[in-house]
Amino acid sequence: MSTAVATRAAAVPGRRVEPGRLLLYGCAVLVTLFMLTPVYLIALAAFSPPQAIFDYPHPLVPVGLSLENIQFFLTYQGIGPALLRSLAVGALTVVISLALGCPAGYALARYWFSGKDLAQLMLVNVRAIPMVIISIPLLVTFLEWNLYDTVASVALVHAAITLPLTILISASVFLRVPSELEEAAMSLGTSRVGAVLRVVLPNSVPGLATAALFAFVTSWNEVFVAVILTLRGPTLPAALVQQLAASPLAFRFAGGLCLTIPAFVFIFFMRPYLFNAFGVGGK
Amino acid sequence: MTAAAPPHVGRRSIRGGGKARLRALTPYLLMAPALLFIAYFLFWPALGAFGVAFQTASGQWTLANFQSLVRDTDFGLSVRNTFLLLAIIIPVEFAVALGMAVLAQSRLRGRGFFLYVWSFPLAISDLAAGLVWLSIFTSHGYLNSALQSLHLIQHPIGFLNYDNLPGLVLAVVAAETWRSISLVMVVIMSGIQAIPADLGEAAEILGAGAWRRFTKVTVPLLKPTLQVGLMLRTTTAFQVFAVVLALTGSGLPVLATRTETWAYGARNYQMAAAYAVLLLLLSSLATMAYLTTLRTPRGVFQR
Repeated sequence: MSTAVATRAAAVPGRRVEPGRLLLYGCAVLVTLFMLTPVYLIALAAFSPPQAIFDYPHPLVPVGLSLENIQFFLTYQGIGPALLRSLAVGALTVVISLALGCPAGYALARYWFSGKDLAQLMLVNVRAIPMVIISIPLLVTFLEWNLYDTVASVALVHAAITLPLTILISASVFLRVPSELEEAAMSLGTSRVGAVLRVVLPNSVPGLATAALFAFVTSWNEVFVAVILTLRGPTLPAALVQQLAASPLAFRFAGGLCLTIPAFVFIFFMRPYLFNAFGVGGK
Repeated sequence: MTAAAPPHVGRRSIRGGGKARLRALTPYLLMAPALLFIAYFLFWPALGAFGVAFQTASGQWTLANFQSLVRDTDFGLSVRNTFLLLAIIIPVEFAVALGMAVLAQSRLRGRGFFLYVWSFPLAISDLAAGLVWLSIFTSHGYLNSALQSLHLIQHPIGFLNYDNLPGLVLAVVAAETWRSISLVMVVIMSGIQAIPADLGEAAEILGAGAWRRFTKVTVPLLKPTLQVGLMLRTTTAFQVFAVVLALTGSGLPVLATRTETWAYGARNYQMAAAYAVLLLLLSSLATMAYLTTLRTPRGVFQR
């Protein structure tokens, strides 16, 4: 170990660091600071003692750690139920999105059929539809159906928003399962449905889990539709929007932090699929 | 996504017509529920918005909603602010994201860490971004604190005051750029990865420096990607909502916050739909402008 370090250190002076590369590192560090500083500051604000909000100028380093703001936010009237509702909407979104999306993804991965290109074009184009425009007619529809202000109404729309991505991800996942495996299972006597259930699905779990995570995150983060479609039973972002004007700063900072932290976990697991999901160049 | 050869067609078709027909129908049966669901909950309401916007509450066709729209106190302001934000955010974001994508491609040490940190805002909501930057821009926030500690200012600046348009815009631009630059970076990176490496190498052999390779090889070949990215990002920028709401309240009205105010606050769905239709028309116009000015043989939003 120590000898390896020593030889490495000895090797460095021989290899001059080009100024150009140093500049690249400088830029990379700058961008990283731009990304992380706001997260540090919101954490600082959220974990400060409540009275520190009124100190000015704020110290830019932590002076005291307090969970009071976070506690105030989480126990604020309506926030707990809203959090649970957000989880329920997210879970329901994942279920609907996977239940409808996996068969469609399987069709794209395993069959050629006329109209396939058109279907794919439609799926990719869906993200051009503004949420702002669909929410008003949907509000009217759900009022008629007596589904306004329910977990189900928000989850239905979130499922529709996430479906295209679920289909495209699941299709790419199924493509990676060799169709020979399926044929082998079928030659051993199971039906095509049996082969899908016993061979294809078990081999697709990690990929489908990512699709599920994408759907959940989209639902968890969606604000506009949730605000329009709920009133007394808002999701967490909708509840925050409802309280924005009336709530103290400490509440908003704690809420901001609580909404930000899960992103670090989500992206950690989603990293391998980022280009699949958001990339548009490629093939 | 390429079409995989159907593994079983032909093998069992000897068994007779009914089964073969069912097999031909299978992909359609598998696709139908998802496509119908999307059509019902996304495409149909998008059309329905026009119905609501062009009708009275009792269902008669009218243009009255649009007449009240242009008389709405914040109508002019919300159109102006939406375009103002767009005109600043999009160029800044694409310029910086292009740099980030190139940085992420050059073999830096710790590339994985950089990419992770630069892409985490992909999973952040616009509301969270607005609240995060609120802690920086309030009058007793961290920006004023930092400036005051450095003795650059005597009194805190009211960045988010109603009458401080530059301050409000600065705050929204910062938060919105911070939130969505990751998406643009990932889009551009996927485009850069699709460029054959030997083109750059060929240019290098012919004596092109790094900057020349970037401007003469990378950027021209990125045009289709940039076009798609611009359309995608402009469509979402027209809908800027929670960032504005969290940072400015009603201090900086934009089209989406006006839509929400009329729908949620006033329960006037006709006015809300009129705002939404205007938003859709403007963003469609922008998309068409990109399509004509950055013409490429690819389809719209084609992967």
